[in-house]
Amino acid sequence: MTTVEKRLGAAANFVDERLGAAGWMKKSLNKVFPDHWTFMFGEICMYSFVILLLSGTFLTLWFDPSQRDVIYEGVYEPLKGIKMSAAYASTLDISFEVRGGLLMRQIHHWAANIFMAAIVAHLLRVFFTGAFRKPREFNWILGIVLLTLGLVEGLLGYSLPDDLLSGTGLRITSAIVQAIPVVGTYISFFLFGGAFPGVGFLPRIFTIHILLLPGLFLAVITIHVMLVWYQKHTQFPGPGRTEKNVVGHPILPVYMAKAGGFFFIVFGVTAFLSAVASINPIWLYGPYTPGQISAGSQPDWYMGWLDGLVRMAPPLETHAFGHTVSWNILIPALIVPGIVFTGMAFYPFIESWITGDKREHHLLDRPRNVPNRTALGVMSITFVLISLINGGNDIFATQFDLSINQIMWFSRISIFILPPIAFVVTKRLCLSLQRADRDLVLHGMETGRLVRMPSGEFAEVHEPISPQKRFILTSHEQAPALELPATDARGVRRPGALKNKLRIRLSKAHAVAVPKVSAQDLKEIEHH
Amino acid sequence: MSNEIETFQDPGEAVHAPRAADVDPRAEKRAEQQVAALFGLSALGSLLLIYSYIWIPTDIFIFIPVMGDQNAHQLFLGLGMAMSLFFLGMAAILWAKKLMSDTEVVNHRHEFRSSNEDREEFVKTVKDGVAGVQLGRRKLIKASLAASMGLFALPPVLLLRDLGPLPGKELEKTSWKAGTRLVTDPGNRPILASDLEVGSVVQTLPAVAEGTERLLSDIAKDPVLLIRLRPEEFNLTPEKLAMTHDGIIAFSKICSHMGCAVALYEQQTKHLLCPCHQSTFDVTRGAKVIFGPAARPLPQLDITVDTEGYLVARAPFDQAVGPSFWERNSQ
Ligand code: HEM
Ligand code: FES
Repeated sequence: MTTVEKRLGAAANFVDERLGAAGWMKKSLNKVFPDHWTFMFGEICMYSFVILLLSGTFLTLWFDPSQRDVIYEGVYEPLKGIKMSAAYASTLDISFEVRGGLLMRQIHHWAANIFMAAIVAHLLRVFFTGAFRKPREFNWILGIVLLTLGLVEGLLGYSLPDDLLSGTGLRITSAIVQAIPVVGTYISFFLFGGAFPGVGFLPRIFTIHILLLPGLFLAVITIHVMLVWYQKHTQFPGPGRTEKNVVGHPILPVYMAKAGGFFFIVFGVTAFLSAVASINPIWLYGPYTPGQISAGSQPDWYMGWLDGLVRMAPPLETHAFGHTVSWNILIPALIVPGIVFTGMAFYPFIESWITGDKREHHLLDRPRNVPNRTALGVMSITFVLISLINGGNDIFATQFDLSINQIMWFSRISIFILPPIAFVVTKRLCLSLQRADRDLVLHGMETGRLVRMPSGEFAEVHEPISPQKRFILTSHEQAPALELPATDARGVRRPGALKNKLRIRLSKAHAVAVPKVSAQDLKEIEHH
Repeated sequence: MSNEIETFQDPGEAVHAPRAADVDPRAEKRAEQQVAALFGLSALGSLLLIYSYIWIPTDIFIFIPVMGDQNAHQLFLGLGMAMSLFFLGMAAILWAKKLMSDTEVVNHRHEFRSSNEDREEFVKTVKDGVAGVQLGRRKLIKASLAASMGLFALPPVLLLRDLGPLPGKELEKTSWKAGTRLVTDPGNRPILASDLEVGSVVQTLPAVAEGTERLLSDIAKDPVLLIRLRPEEFNLTPEKLAMTHDGIIAFSKICSHMGCAVALYEQQTKHLLCPCHQSTFDVTRGAKVIFGPAARPLPQLDITVDTEGYLVARAPFDQAVGPSFWERNSQ
């Protein structure tokens, strides 16, 4: 035994005699993690969150979250002598006088964008591969919670510097709150500490941004990751992989080294972006005052789609009995996002209701093999993209020499038309990919080599695919549609017949597939 | 199309091919050197960071093609940091990929559902526990418990009451009163009606006594845009026309949609445009909404001139300015 081993052994003994941890640790260290590049998105979320914690803590050391008026006396010439909030002044100081401050601000902001992008990518991966199915519904819902919290945390974050751009965002936020019927005005006054912009808002959102929400994030992320640990990771189908096993690298040392290395790579890339690409140059916008605005006001991209929905809303307000209801705000800013997020949260249960499938699933779906779900996903992406484009309609208008009216009308119409089209096209695409898989199994791969047949015709030589590949292309399940008779054995209509009808229809649509190749099919073909 | 068709047998994984470093000692040596080189680059990055922090002054700018002028201190600090982190990560991953064992391991899964015995025992424990509380028999305790729990929920909400004042009529009021002079913003100068040229726009605020500071919450409601057209260009109801003065018309600058500053005026079309969501208001028709999500015209301020010829408000706004809210009493 070397001395190092002896020391480690002594330390391990000390801990184990008090906590009895060895048994549990042994089991945990034997955990294996399947490998796939799409499994990295979740990791990027986690790493960028850590980067946000580190860079954010650095910023708190100098940031002054106060709305108190000060006269700027710092080194940035163009704003010298101008009245501004202490929050804005301290952000200028971080940017120009604290060495590394600007770098940290940019790291923080870039990491926030990467964090949100990774959440979205991670969510899409989980959705399209069906990783949210039983038993992982809790983690799906926790993911939606994290996405929602992320939107709020980001909005509060870029509101903190109190520049002209962020103040405009807050003005809009307060208008959304005010639009809530009956209680909106009260909530807004309580949030802001009076009529907009109030006296207490910055210190309040500061506490929420650096304490309350990060605490919540930490708790939810911890549960999320512990569930992954406990339920074990899903894996893509393939030879040797079943619903009853997990194939991958053990946590020590390979997974640990790769994950740890990947953290530094994510951090390094974020630092590189922050070194060379400026983000949110608040000194160019000036301090916030409600009477002014900078043209081309744009929120961060993850809020852009909401902004786009607000922009395309029809100018509708109801005035009755001395009250006003602003549909032009309520629908795009609260009702539609509310429906979208609730629908997302419930999707695992909706799908299992449609398919009647209540079993556990640990093997992932290839998206093409579940055309309905894939089509629904692409449809939702289309919806968000159109909103996002409309959110940047002023930018697009100047870039592409279009008028804002054209883009706005394009968005207003296509938000209804394009998503359904995307659904149909995607579904067809999935089915033709299934057909291609079928052909591949039946006829093998095209080699590009031509041979001359005895009859004189040319034919391309096809090479059979490997048994491994064939297994991947045929191992998925093709469940038939549900059958729920509308009447029972005695011919009496069952209760809820209408609901059942809907369920059967959805189930039929869900089960549409190109029949996969069976071993018999292949034998028959080989006989010819 | 049932699932009972004869499926293909799982052929098992293809034979695992050894990596170069597993079989060739020279390749192994090379991999080791590569990893070491990456760790070395990372160390260089840290040195660059330290050097930049201490020795590169913060006010030097260097020109870099594509990126333009860059602050040298911030650039090299960032590049150093990026290098030190990135290559550290690369080294670890290369090490794992090329040199650590790459055999995959199989773990087994168990179903998550507990065994029936466990479930029954659990239900029994809970039932016994609940029965021990005897809520069913203790009616009085049950009722008082419900009452106290209900009341208990109120204090946390009540304690937040002092977060802010009640709205009252606050959103319906601005600082404009009959006779308030319109003054330029910035500048605080009163405006002679005769000084305004046709086609010009001025941002104004209500005059305040010398030395008083404006509150931001007032600046959020008070701004008014003055625009002068030729009187015959207006297409207004008689009441609205009476609120103008000699071709000068005044609107609240706070967007009736969500309260942004309606900052853009197009001379030719005589349209006001809000940059937030592009609501467009036609000045000649009393700021009627002609495009975008805003549902109401910008409120118009009734103006006239005082004895010295300066523009003043003849009356306060006849409605709340800015975004809508539930209590807003709009005709
Ligand atoms: C998921 C988590 C987080 C997100 C999405 C996020 C996002 C943001 C964003 C976009 C900004 C504006 C940055 C700028 O351009 O100036 C910001 C500012 C700030 N954040 Fe965070 N943040 C997160 C977590 C944290 C944490 C954990 C802390 C502290 C412990 C923190 C402290 C700060 C501070 C002090 C500022 C204002 C300073 C400044 O803007 O220069 N943040 N945040
Ligand atoms: S705030 Fe003016 S258009 Fe929305």
